[in-house]
Amino acid sequence: MNKIDSKVPKGPLAEKWTNYKNSQKLVNPANKRRLDVIVVGTGLAGASAAATLGELGFNVLNFCIQDSPRRAHSIAAQGGINAAKNYPNDGDSVYRLFYDTIKGGDYRAREANVYRLAEVSNSIIDQCVAQGVPFAREYGGLLANRSFGGAQVSRTFYARGQTGQQLLLGAYSALCRAVNRKQVKLYTRYEMLDLVIIDGRARGIIARNLVTGKLERFAAHAVVIATGGYGNTFFLSTNAMTSNGSAAWQCYKKGAWFGNPCMAQIHPTCIPVHGEFQSKLTLMSESLRNDGRIWVPKKIEDAKAIQAGKLKPTQIKEEDRDYYLERRYPAFGNLVPRDVASRAAKERCDAGYGVGTTGLAVYLDFAEAIQRLGKEVVEERYGNLFQMYEKIVDDNPYETPMMIYPAIHYTMGGLWVDYELMTNIPGLFAIGEANFSDHGANRLGASALMQGLADGYFILPYTIQNYLADQISVKRFSTDLPEFEQAEKGLNDRIERLMSIQGKHSVDSIHKKLGHVMWELVGMARDEKGLKEAIVKLKEVKEDFWTNVRIPGKKGDFNTELEKALRLADFIEIGELMAHDALDREESCGGHFRVEHQTEEGETLRHDDKFAYVSIWEYRGEDKAPVMYKEPLEYEFVVREQRNYKS
Amino acid sequence: MDKDINIKVKVWRQNGPKEKGRFETYALKNISQGSSFLEMLDILNEQLINEGKIPVAFDHDCREGICGMCSLYINGHPHGPDGEITTCQLHMRSFNDGDTITIEPWRSAGFPIIKDLVVDRTAFEKIMQAGGYVSVNTGGIPDANAIPIPRDKAELAMDAAACIGCGACVAACKNGSAMLFVAAKVSQLALLPQGKPEAARRAKSMVAKMDELGFGNCTNTGACEVECPKNISISNIARLNREFLKAKFKD
Repeated sequence: MNKIDSKVPKGPLAEKWTNYKNSQKLVNPANKRRLDVIVVGTGLAGASAAATLGELGFNVLNFCIQDSPRRAHSIAAQGGINAAKNYPNDGDSVYRLFYDTIKGGDYRAREANVYRLAEVSNSIIDQCVAQGVPFAREYGGLLANRSFGGAQVSRTFYARGQTGQQLLLGAYSALCRAVNRKQVKLYTRYEMLDLVIIDGRARGIIARNLVTGKLERFAAHAVVIATGGYGNTFFLSTNAMTSNGSAAWQCYKKGAWFGNPCMAQIHPTCIPVHGEFQSKLTLMSESLRNDGRIWVPKKIEDAKAIQAGKLKPTQIKEEDRDYYLERRYPAFGNLVPRDVASRAAKERCDAGYGVGTTGLAVYLDFAEAIQRLGKEVVEERYGNLFQMYEKIVDDNPYETPMMIYPAIHYTMGGLWVDYELMTNIPGLFAIGEANFSDHGANRLGASALMQGLADGYFILPYTIQNYLADQISVKRFSTDLPEFEQAEKGLNDRIERLMSIQGKHSVDSIHKKLGHVMWELVGMARDEKGLKEAIVKLKEVKEDFWTNVRIPGKKGDFNTELEKALRLADFIEIGELMAHDALDREESCGGHFRVEHQTEEGETLRHDDKFAYVSIWEYRGEDKAPVMYKEPLEYEFVVREQRNYKS
Repeated sequence: MDKDINIKVKVWRQNGPKEKGRFETYALKNISQGSSFLEMLDILNEQLINEGKIPVAFDHDCREGICGMCSLYINGHPHGPDGEITTCQLHMRSFNDGDTITIEPWRSAGFPIIKDLVVDRTAFEKIMQAGGYVSVNTGGIPDANAIPIPRDKAELAMDAAACIGCGACVAACKNGSAMLFVAAKVSQLALLPQGKPEAARRAKSMVAKMDELGFGNCTNTGACEVECPKNISISNIARLNREFLKAKFKD
């Protein structure tokens, strides 16, 4: 193995990034033109990185899986973006944003990375405003802020309930400008399927043109992965349909390390599954828990009657309702953190008290809020969410309680990167959700947008130069080199093999099986027995896939089923690694909850003495077990505490 | 209360951009009215795959009404009969047992068909690249609060910025005009002080690109506004016209 070197600069926390920038190597303008950089992905991280690198003068090739960069799933983020501006004068600072983020991540992230994130957060807001992002404003014309979970200050900037959309459109407009100025070449409807390594360095990719079905080769001096997370391993998630883990996974199979794969975030307030043909889950903003009360029936016979459609929630008397969050967590009540709220809902439903026709839902009730505040105030606060809910479920939440259930939302794990956002493969970088770096075991709300743009605008454009400075004399590569030839051939064989199976089951039907195993056994509450069972079952799913999948059509054509099959093959393997990692981490932290490791009150119980590390997984070949290394998380500046939501 | 319904779908099938297309009709049984329109298409595709046929190609991604990828012309309306939503937010309760639903791709000279219901919207990219931005580089930006912006201006800009670039406006327009799309971006940036310095150049270059790519003219029929899933107002078109004329007079 290579030695694990996080490359965290020495010195006081607040000076590390400045010192790094003062001493890093730079590339002069004439040389930048001679260097090619591939950026895969056009979400907040990818678009901002591609645009910025292009502006700097590098020759950028940017790949987008949809027909436009504006459609990347960053677009769907609702709530907002954090920054330490302290405009409301409520005591915020870079240190506080850093501290809240590292604590929110249950002390499983790197101090130096998180501090840097907080440090550049303010520049992001400046940048976005200059691009014409229409953030919410006060009547005096200055920017408005609101509060979010895990913080005592109001530091969240927002654009109605569409902050992700507006930030992405800002980055997208910068990208459009760079394309117009020929600084970036954009490839839409392309999917990266393999990484090409030459002499130990990342030198290119193989991508499939999704319109023609042809495999194409692209060479560069460095490759940046900005392809998001792997939440769709669970089939049902809040991710978009094409969100996938394949680019990162193929890098892993070429030797890149995977960090903390088991760390996935489950969001408590999503619209529940309605039937077998559900394709995805829709998130309802966490803010609803400020005024909504969560409950299920106290009596099992009432729950059964509701499930059978014989009883309505409004017919259940007050004394027959179990406001289980208020009961179990009197201090925080309905505002417990995401992981706690999610697990509590699952516990009630597993015990048979769930509502809706499936029994896999709980009520989020606004009757009391409407009584207290009046319908108009509730409408003002949540009107757009209520309308969205009604369109999907056909129930009026002003009259009958909403139904909600937890869903997979975000993956904290991802490609392992050092302080420079470079993986262990020289020249291969990972940014945004695709890397593991800043959120530890749990991500706070409004921090994903911050990290994506921090990486793309203000961190990678610096750190990548430290690598590229040594590459200025390296000539452009020919894509006829044997390494490209070989990678394409391997991929072609894989596609041929998939096409030739001609089994009986559609890709989606097998993906649903995978999702079921993952959700039941590697989901919100994990234990040793379940995880071992998952590993066995995932093998069966893999076997099923490689013998029974049916892919209609031709490979050299627009073929959605083939696209999905290639992604599913990787999702199954990602699921296996998640299960292994979850089994190995015999503690509970953030989103990773091991039933065996909880406090008496059912809170996560960390074991800092044994597990204060990043688990780093290395691929060793098709039928070999992967190897795990540990990057110790030695804290110099922060004292770890037990998170407490009782008092 | 949602029921299960039996329906027929009449779908436009076309193997490739140059191939001849035709309608095919498929019967679907026991479709829950609680399922979304795209989930109904998932069921259709599952059925086609099981019958050894080629599934219907259609664009979709976020399935929560914000990415702008889905683009179906349903019973004569972009994004279907329900108002203020995208195709992915349309649910089967908008239809009745025994209905035959006609599904076509966006039809416009500006959006050539790739396959079945999938069209090529690269033209929108080219229009954006022609000037849909504020020319600032990353970094070296003054503090975000350095320039106050009146709240009503910021709100109007946000109304225009809500455009998801789906192309329903073009598909709805009898002239195949992209004016609402262009107007939304020109308006957003013209309303904000950050976008002012380039306002004239932006309006001219985006309109010139739109004309060059074969989109039709605006004759104020207002169909685009009616069908827009995000309620983008045609008053933005008036603002674009004003910006464009102002720019031309300066020349």
